[in-house]
Amino acid sequence: MSTINQRLGRTLIYTLLIGFALIYLAPLYVMLVTSLKDIEEIRSGNLIALPEHLNFSAWSKAWNSACTGSECEGLAPYFWNSVRIVIPAVMLSTIIGACNGYVLAQWQFKGSNMLFGALLFGCFIPFQVILLPMAKLLAWLGLANTVVGLVGVHVVYGITFTTLFFRNYYVAIPNELVRAARLDGAGFFAIFWRIFLPMSTPIFVVTVIWQFTQIWNDFLFGVVYSGPGTQPITVALNNLVNTSVGGKEYNVDMAAAIIAALPTLLVYLVAGKYFVRGLTAGAVKG
Amino acid sequence: MFKYLENQLPKLVMAPTAIAMFVCMYGFIAWTVGLSFTKSRMMPQWDFVGLVQYEKLFANPRWMVALDNLWIFTFLFIVISLFLGLMLAIFLDRNVRAEGALRTIYLYPMAISFVVTGTAWKWILNPGLGIEKLVRDLGFSDFEFRWLVDQDMAIYTIVIAAVWQSSGFVMAMFLAGLRGIDDSLIKAAQIDGASTMRTYWHIILPMMKPVFFGAIVVLSHIAIKSFDLVQALTGGGPGYASDLPANFMYTFAFSRAQMGVGAASAVIMLCGVLAILVPYLYSELRSDKQ
Repeated sequence: MSTINQRLGRTLIYTLLIGFALIYLAPLYVMLVTSLKDIEEIRSGNLIALPEHLNFSAWSKAWNSACTGSECEGLAPYFWNSVRIVIPAVMLSTIIGACNGYVLAQWQFKGSNMLFGALLFGCFIPFQVILLPMAKLLAWLGLANTVVGLVGVHVVYGITFTTLFFRNYYVAIPNELVRAARLDGAGFFAIFWRIFLPMSTPIFVVTVIWQFTQIWNDFLFGVVYSGPGTQPITVALNNLVNTSVGGKEYNVDMAAAIIAALPTLLVYLVAGKYFVRGLTAGAVKG
Repeated sequence: MFKYLENQLPKLVMAPTAIAMFVCMYGFIAWTVGLSFTKSRMMPQWDFVGLVQYEKLFANPRWMVALDNLWIFTFLFIVISLFLGLMLAIFLDRNVRAEGALRTIYLYPMAISFVVTGTAWKWILNPGLGIEKLVRDLGFSDFEFRWLVDQDMAIYTIVIAAVWQSSGFVMAMFLAGLRGIDDSLIKAAQIDGASTMRTYWHIILPMMKPVFFGAIVVLSHIAIKSFDLVQALTGGGPGYASDLPANFMYTFAFSRAQMGVGAASAVIMLCGVLAILVPYLYSELRSDKQ
């Protein structure tokens, strides 16, 4: 009796788990097959039907020639805008976060805990509350609608998270290590460079992935602080989907959406473990 | 002299961050709060008029719709995500095969931007060629599914897409929590004759309290900040039926040149976040000290 029950239970568990897996995969599948059909086939067929012929023209149009508002150069220029924003912003915010975390965990001074608390709060503020003054500051610095300005914004609001990551990682390392190294005459930077950096690879990976995903996927800062030539890919994608010159081209929309999602998806597939670690560290603790 | 500098190094390293934080976070928040008490429209101006902007804000039907939507969205988003996340985590925790692959599948939407999610679901849910047509092709020729263009239902499409994106993450949080539970406890309960259901309900779920708490904080935080998903999926429409506060703020501050109203709405959003955050941080800090 109990074995029948058990087997029933197992079947139920697997059915549910696999059923949900299919539901979670469905949107990606629909995007992919839609992007490979032509408009005729989209109109006559249905969402989940496989394409009759593989047709990559929607992909090349999304990349090269689709209209995003008044420009019709496809997503390519905006993809590279995003790359130009993401690389310096991730590097700077990670390096600054590492130094900050090192200080806050191992070189505490009077008020450093308060400072950390004040910084932690920044992980939570709704950015709407800083949008207007930041726009003024960027305009005043002459950085409105520039890549440099966007990088700056991402760095400033990213270091709250990166500092948190590194601080929580370094705080687990016993203080005696620093004390012993100082007795041996090593200084602030030497200890960081020779002792802390070599054991920091995992937290660097977590932080870089977290920042890369956050900044690549950002839409709010992109839409508010970028201009016609500097828009990141998320903003361009939204413009592309909402530009309807001569009828909706769902296949191009879907190809464009996949292109926009590809970099972060690849990172997730390659380094999923670190991705999850960043999520839980950033979310639960922060 | 050198020694002195050396001792000041930690502070020097922290200084740029501290300055950036005080200017770009606390300074800017003060600036926005200040602005919300002025009658600024196109440009900031600093003659104080008291609560006029807040009165205007709460007399604005669009803001009231956005607030109502926020409650609906936040409540459903949290409840459904918690339920799905917990269910998937419990099942995954029961020694299933291919656990890693399943986990990867449940969690991948979290790597995608809300703009992509919105674009995908906009296509899936579109009334002409989306799910509606799929079900009709299966033989149910009267089937209607027009939530995306229905004033009363549009907000629920945002719930669907947001749950799809975030429930896998809740699953990961619960799974981590379940893995942290001491196995001997469960075994002891089962030796005492407790059924699996009872073990979960009376022993395991109560131990998951911190995870519930953490997940609710994270999810409500995502909900209040939600902006890109609405922008990409419904554009706030039809009309402004699916606006959330973040979209209201953006529209009024940047497209409508109503800075004062925009600032006031941002301040209300901040208050919302604080209302959730302060009790949470308070309890976290207290448990840290114990």
